[in-house]
Amino acid sequence: MPDAPGLELIAQEINGTHEGAVIETAHEHGAAALIVDPERVLDALRWLRDTPGQQYHFLASLHAADYLPGEPRFGVHYELLNMARVERVSVKALLRDPAAGNGAALGEGEVLPEIDSCVELFPTAEYHEREAYDFFGIRFRGHPDLRRILLPEDYVGWPLRRDFPIGGEPVLFTHNEIETPRWYE
Amino acid sequence: MADEREIRAMEPGLDPEAEDPSLAVVERVAEEAAKRGDGDEQVMTVNMGPHHPATHGVLRLVVSLEGERVLDVRPVVGYVHTGIEKSCEDKSYWKVIPFVERMDYLTYFFQMQAYCGCVEQLLGLEVPPRAQYLRVLHMELNRIHSHLVWLGTTALDLGAISMFWYCFRERDRILDLFEMSTGQRMHTRYFQVGGVFEDIPAGFADNVRAFCEEMPERIDQYAALLDRNEIFLHRTKDVGIVSRDRLLELGITGPLLRASGEPWDLRKVSDYLPYGDFDFNIPVGTVGDGYDRYRCRLQEMRESVRIISQAIEGLPEGPWIADDRKVVLPPRDELGTSMEALIHHFKLVTEGFRVPPSELYYPIESPRGELGCFVVADGSSKPARVHFRDPSFVNLQMLRDMCIGGLIADLIQNLGMLDPILGGIDR
Repeated sequence: MPDAPGLELIAQEINGTHEGAVIETAHEHGAAALIVDPERVLDALRWLRDTPGQQYHFLASLHAADYLPGEPRFGVHYELLNMARVERVSVKALLRDPAAGNGAALGEGEVLPEIDSCVELFPTAEYHEREAYDFFGIRFRGHPDLRRILLPEDYVGWPLRRDFPIGGEPVLFTHNEIETPRWYE
Repeated sequence: MADEREIRAMEPGLDPEAEDPSLAVVERVAEEAAKRGDGDEQVMTVNMGPHHPATHGVLRLVVSLEGERVLDVRPVVGYVHTGIEKSCEDKSYWKVIPFVERMDYLTYFFQMQAYCGCVEQLLGLEVPPRAQYLRVLHMELNRIHSHLVWLGTTALDLGAISMFWYCFRERDRILDLFEMSTGQRMHTRYFQVGGVFEDIPAGFADNVRAFCEEMPERIDQYAALLDRNEIFLHRTKDVGIVSRDRLLELGITGPLLRASGEPWDLRKVSDYLPYGDFDFNIPVGTVGDGYDRYRCRLQEMRESVRIISQAIEGLPEGPWIADDRKVVLPPRDELGTSMEALIHHFKLVTEGFRVPPSELYYPIESPRGELGCFVVADGSSKPARVHFRDPSFVNLQMLRDMCIGGLIADLIQNLGMLDPILGGIDR
């Protein structure tokens, strides 16, 4: 990973070509992170991938996190890797929750946080973004096939959000199916 | 289904007017296809799985076929999703270990290392050298174990049933070793934050030495059975080739990437454990077909045996777990005499230790590729988020590229060589 001054240089260079794309840098536990403007995340990723001298061609992982009660609430993390230099840099985009304060409207008409999809830049992101959508309800604009991946298609809710209860849902067995009328519908 | 007229047409002697009854059926199919206007192609969509022995788990494949040729493959996953990542958020840090072990049920030591290593780095905790060596030892045994299960089941898919028995015989020896050192055959919960749970018992080193002596010979026997086996060669040679650039685009890691000639192994380039102390090689392939993938994994087992014998010979003396009483349970014998030890024990068991607010992505090399653990700590004694970047999940994206244009029999071979573990994919 780039050292702290190297990370600052990267941040400055990105901001030189894409004004205001990098908001902040973080360097802790031997890991470097760029905190970027969610609207400009593709600019930052493309710059890191294509600039000679950077060449972060490999997207090792993409995952989301919910920082409730922090604000902005959601984080999308891109773990970039340069295999030749064995350097990792993590790019983090923080998203506000557009539904904050509107109560919990699930299903139709729900407002979801949105970010541009990076499948064009890194085809490996296809499954990762589907997973982030599945668990956190983050909509990736321009994703070729944004459906739930691990949960059933008809599932309602975003279970890895911090305000999603752990309690669970009743499981249907033969001994209690009479308690759930018309379950077969 | 053929209707009665068709059956009659296919039975010679029943319809005196048709000279060659099978020709009549072909003509009829061609006529129907011409009426639809798509030439003589017929696309059939077949559902493979979720319950099928060749899918190595509960994997569903929606396959579009034209005759025997695969036009499209769409994997459908999630059948064994158990919400482990969510459950982890409700447990204190040390109680998360058994959960993450159960994701990929063949590489439990690797999940433990990814998680414990991540938490240790967040805490800034040093792991004593003996614990690091014991971790390497168990992880490499685990790598052989995982590759043996892969080899046995994949060879079984390709018709070599005896391979299954041979591989599982050796796998059982490894599980016996695990049972001896950790008390459990699978899901051992042996790694703790700060080190390992217990020192190895007397006699374990000798058993490991005996295993290391025998295993290379066994691997040679597997190789003798498969390397130049004509059926195996026909099934694997030049099948499922994906270019190296495409693999990197798709984020593929592990033996699948190495088989295509890219010598990328985190054990060599990263210092998460003292792999630098050991002399071992990274096997790479040239073509990247099924045969290369097989040879790479076989050679990896030999290299793992070398690491294990070096680790057991060079095992440093000293403690096997860190001495930080705020994180690590005090030794049992201190509880009877020391009030402080009792307090620490009580605090750790009831509440657990706290991790200062921070987050970290921690990758290691599992038998299937880059296994990453991402932990967000919020300052409490429970993690705010535990995410696993499972190599099987990412590698599954490669299946389409491997299979399209090939035969359906090759799909089985490709899936076997992909080595997906559905517990890891679905988590």
